[in-house]
Amino acid sequence: MDVGFIVVQSLSGLASASALFIIASGLTLVFGVTRIVNFAHGSFYMLGAYIAVTVVPWLLEIDRSPTLFFTGVLISAIAVGVLGVLMELLLLRRLYKVPELFQLLATFGVVLMVQDAVLKIWGPVDIPGPRAPGLRHGVEILGQRFPAYELFLIVIGPAVLGLLWLLMHRTRFGILIRAATRDREMVGALGVNQAMLFTGTLFLGAALAGLGGALQIPRVSASSQMDLSIITEAFVVTVIGGMGSVPGAFLAAVLIGQLQAFGVLVFPKITLVLVFLLMAAVLVVKPWGLLGRPEAAAGRAALPEGILAVRGFGRVEKLIAGLAIAAMLAVPVFGDAYTVKVATEVLIFALAAFSLNFLVGNGGIVSFGHAAYFGLGAYAAGLLVTKGGLPMEPALLAAPIAGGLFAALFGFFVVRLSGIYLAMLTLAFAQIAYAVCFQWVEVTGGDNGVVGVWPSAWAASRQVYHYVVAACAILAIIALRRVVYAPFGATLRAARDSEQRADAIGIDVRTHRWLAFTLAGGAAGLAGGLYAFSKGSIDPTLLAIPLSVDFLAMILLGGIQTVMGAVAGAAAFHTIKDIFMPLTDFWRFLLGASIIALVLVFPRGLAGAFAGWRA
Amino acid sequence: MAGISFTRRAGLAAGSAIATAALIGARGSAAQGAPVKVGELNSYARMAAFSVPYRNAIQLAVDGINRAGGVMGGRPLEFVFRDDGSTPGDAVRVAEDLLTREGCAFLAGTFLSNVGLAVSDLANQRKKLFLATEPLTDALTMAQGNRYTWRLRPSTYMQTRMLTEAARGRTTRRWAIVAPNYEYGQSAAANFKRLITASIPGAEIVAEQYPALGRVDAGATVGALAQARPDGIFNVLFGPDLTAFVREGNTRGLFERRFVLSMLTGEPEYLIPLGDETPEGWIVTGYPWEQITDGPHKAYIDAYRARFNDTPRKGSLLGYVTAQVVANLLNKANSLDSEVLVEAFKDLRTDTVVGNVTMRALDQQGTMGTWVGETVLRGRQGAMRNARYADGADYLFPEAEVRAARRG
Amino acid sequence: MTLLAVEGLNKAFGGVVAARDVTFALSAGEMLAIIGPNGAGKSTTFNMVGGQLRPDTGRVVLAGQDITGQPPRQVCRMGVGRTFQVAQTFLSMSVVGNVQMALIAHHGRTRDMVADAARLYRDDALALLARVGMEGEADRPIGELAYGDVKRVELAIALAAAPRLLLMDEPTAGMAPRERAALMQLTADIARGGGIGVLFTEHDMDAVFAHADRILVLVRGEVIAEGTPEEVRANPEVQRVYLGTSGHKAALRARRAAHG
Repeated sequence: MDVGFIVVQSLSGLASASALFIIASGLTLVFGVTRIVNFAHGSFYMLGAYIAVTVVPWLLEIDRSPTLFFTGVLISAIAVGVLGVLMELLLLRRLYKVPELFQLLATFGVVLMVQDAVLKIWGPVDIPGPRAPGLRHGVEILGQRFPAYELFLIVIGPAVLGLLWLLMHRTRFGILIRAATRDREMVGALGVNQAMLFTGTLFLGAALAGLGGALQIPRVSASSQMDLSIITEAFVVTVIGGMGSVPGAFLAAVLIGQLQAFGVLVFPKITLVLVFLLMAAVLVVKPWGLLGRPEAAAGRAALPEGILAVRGFGRVEKLIAGLAIAAMLAVPVFGDAYTVKVATEVLIFALAAFSLNFLVGNGGIVSFGHAAYFGLGAYAAGLLVTKGGLPMEPALLAAPIAGGLFAALFGFFVVRLSGIYLAMLTLAFAQIAYAVCFQWVEVTGGDNGVVGVWPSAWAASRQVYHYVVAACAILAIIALRRVVYAPFGATLRAARDSEQRADAIGIDVRTHRWLAFTLAGGAAGLAGGLYAFSKGSIDPTLLAIPLSVDFLAMILLGGIQTVMGAVAGAAAFHTIKDIFMPLTDFWRFLLGASIIALVLVFPRGLAGAFAGWRA
Repeated sequence: MAGISFTRRAGLAAGSAIATAALIGARGSAAQGAPVKVGELNSYARMAAFSVPYRNAIQLAVDGINRAGGVMGGRPLEFVFRDDGSTPGDAVRVAEDLLTREGCAFLAGTFLSNVGLAVSDLANQRKKLFLATEPLTDALTMAQGNRYTWRLRPSTYMQTRMLTEAARGRTTRRWAIVAPNYEYGQSAAANFKRLITASIPGAEIVAEQYPALGRVDAGATVGALAQARPDGIFNVLFGPDLTAFVREGNTRGLFERRFVLSMLTGEPEYLIPLGDETPEGWIVTGYPWEQITDGPHKAYIDAYRARFNDTPRKGSLLGYVTAQVVANLLNKANSLDSEVLVEAFKDLRTDTVVGNVTMRALDQQGTMGTWVGETVLRGRQGAMRNARYADGADYLFPEAEVRAARRG
Repeated sequence: MTLLAVEGLNKAFGGVVAARDVTFALSAGEMLAIIGPNGAGKSTTFNMVGGQLRPDTGRVVLAGQDITGQPPRQVCRMGVGRTFQVAQTFLSMSVVGNVQMALIAHHGRTRDMVADAARLYRDDALALLARVGMEGEADRPIGELAYGDVKRVELAIALAAAPRLLLMDEPTAGMAPRERAALMQLTADIARGGGIGVLFTEHDMDAVFAHADRILVLVRGEVIAEGTPEEVRANPEVQRVYLGTSGHKAALRARRAAHG
């Protein structure tokens, strides 16, 4: 390898890093101040690109000058900033009082709505943007040609970093941002207008995402899948750098840019995984990222976000639970074949969601990668049946074991962290597991997956299989619910409420969390195994981020503060999706709108609202 | 023999009658009675650039068919369209919905290969016919083929072979491959490695890049490819990845004095976004609809443009041909029984707007072809030059390979 | 008999020495207060005994067993109960649930996945609440209690482990004056009645001089004086560097309170 190539390849990495940093800096600022995990950040990036490919060509009609090009880019960034403000005013502002995770759910609703809005406004065809006037050419560097525009990008990343530094250190707004990042409640105590601060931060964050998107138009065409392609990477950068740290995001972006630029030479197939491997490694060594700080000491007495008082079922609850189980058992008798199918899936998702809420609601362990254990259970069952030649029964037994074993393996590292870092490490492990299933084509069939995962002959009919699922899922939920009420469940809540207190009364918090993670992984694995046999196939989407997000949406819709909320949420989410999908191509918009409506109307979830009504 | 030739002729006649009727909008006796429902599931939300023109064209064809008297002796044909959610899990549920609640006689459609395979396996389990229209994976008709699954569009293997055969006679020895990292890309690359030496003896692969789908790091990828100093490049990227790759490659001079074979790039879906950046001289598969000047194909194009105020895409053509093949199948089978339909599909010949399409019984693969030509820049838009229609019948998997693959 | 022996503890953070050669001992049933100005190393010393911090050098011996550097949960199992400067309780639980939780942990049943946690050790928990005078509030959510009452419950939680030694970090911080005296009296009664040693830090000199058997004075990480309240009060160095006039006043007030 000659020097020229190494230099140019490294410059390519820097150009990507610059673009990534601009986007990630907005995400990290918003998180630092508002503690919102803003899934919609990728949507802002996409909107920035779409607005730019609309505005910039129009400006260039007037005069093909670099000034007008960059004016257009800035206009796009500001327009996206305004959209960020709108999201803050119309949505997030109503949600600051509710658990932080609900804001995450609301932003997820925004993602779905923006996806379809973009399709509606700009159409499904990718729109290429114009090249930047004056920067179209290539520049000769050590005998290699390098795009001038990318040289410009390399400069603009540090420039944005510098401007942000000035803003943070030389303006009152910036100083407030830093103060809020360090200690959010202190700002409230100082009498600062918190609402204005949050609105301003959302503007800045969204505008940075929009700027990142607008700056990309000479390189990539605006397409309706840009949002999802950037958001995980932006999160990875933010987490590696340390949530809330802008210089950290810069450092992480440079690291990732170089890793990808040279990674493609050595591992041309797994560059994406390299990024997650890096994140996992960084988090295991530095639990708060490279330049992040530990979350402010938990000295304050705040109600935990999760299951509060666990009460036994009253008469009404018993009646509802009884009716729900009776309805599930009666479906094959009275419902048509399709209703049976949907009911089967609701039961499976209810179990998966319940196992997730066992972690999130009961243990305060927020997992963004719960689908991993669902999917690994499905793969264990599916591969044993198709490649191992085993019948369904032992394969179904293997599903929870596989889910549990992998949860134990990953959980060993996960429980060493807390908060958003913990969540991101679960995501990293889920992506690594996904990548293995995706890449190990000989065994897993790659992204095509493996087909032929059908139940044994006696359970082959939809009706009988429904009873198999009902028996497994309902019993597993009852068992897991028992654990919630048992000393083990109480211990997890204790550790969630006050880790310090739990430690001081002799509880080994980490080990208990590890056990809980394993148990929940096992339950999710069982659900995954049941799912595989209901679909007849396994494939990597069963471990993928969208399914993990669906599980989160289910428990949040249901309400993480109640024990049974996850079940209600799974049923509601699946039903809403099933109603809207056949209705229109724009079902994602309606699904997103429903989620937002439910979050606004029932800010504690469906079961939370029910509990409130009972009380 | 007599029986076969009779049915063939009947099918041909019916097919051409329908096509003609559809095209000239002849008002025969309009179809009456209970509609024959076909469940069509596709990625309408996620792959709208392809699937919406596809659905439009089906609708266009179906309207014509019904005006001309429908199918199976006068029943109207109806496609029930559903989004497949772009995941196998959702798709299988939607397929069940179509088969049970909607009462569809059989299934058609799907875009992504993993979705197609999952639906194909469901069809096999439920013993219902499935006409996979868009998924390209070879597995669908080879290793994982089953009695109930048929595919219309030329597979990855067929399209790769069209390109490698177009390279016959070249002296390009050192090849680099760039393909999206998922089944379609991997299997196109594998086919290419297998087939290129047949066209160019001594060809070798000097670099391979597999960026993640939708996330190409174009700068790094182009750099890595250029570093290997290939003489030729086999490209499988499409969509946003392709645009990014082409722009980066153009600026860095990757394509200068290099021979490029590129899958699907000539399809309007992917050519339009390239705009004035379309590189010249690539050998591509695609759909140069503007070069169709006469016959039923031209009539369909005009009808499509008139009705939807849009130019046709590859998806539109596929949708139109799908409806023609389905109508012909129903007329020939004259039954909605899955087994009868499967038997009727065997070697079914349909006279479509692209000419004769036969569903080969051996691997249940259709002989619909595609166009192979050279990219050229016309004004600010890319186009295809010297394009010729490559009939899929000439590029099917060798029979021995099919038998070996489908045995297990 | 010596319950707790602390020998030559040293701890530095970066270049800052937080504790230098801290040595002291504590007998069963004895109340030992650690006082000193802010930043004197009280909390550091305290956390090294409780297991939250590991000393650089030195030993902590509890009833003859070396517990140096053991994590808090291990220290707890050796018979050390603890309260915090800001009360640490389980906010999602009821008052009695908090104590039950501590009892479940004490009896090593935290991994029990079958029993009904709400019924386990309820009577024992109520008895402990009765000892701190909180049995009447047993079924209220702990978040609803006044802060002074929370501190009492926290004491009951600490007592659930049947400790030989209680560590109380600023037990009266954030409480109203009247509540303070009552809590300290309660603690003293329980400690003396049960032969439990109490090590506490405190800002409130009234509380210290009224209830401590002995006082340890820390300044800049070093023990500068140790003895009975009278001895400490009389120590000229203590008067000079720490108590000052306000200390005198506190001492006077304490004496008056004791006589009144």
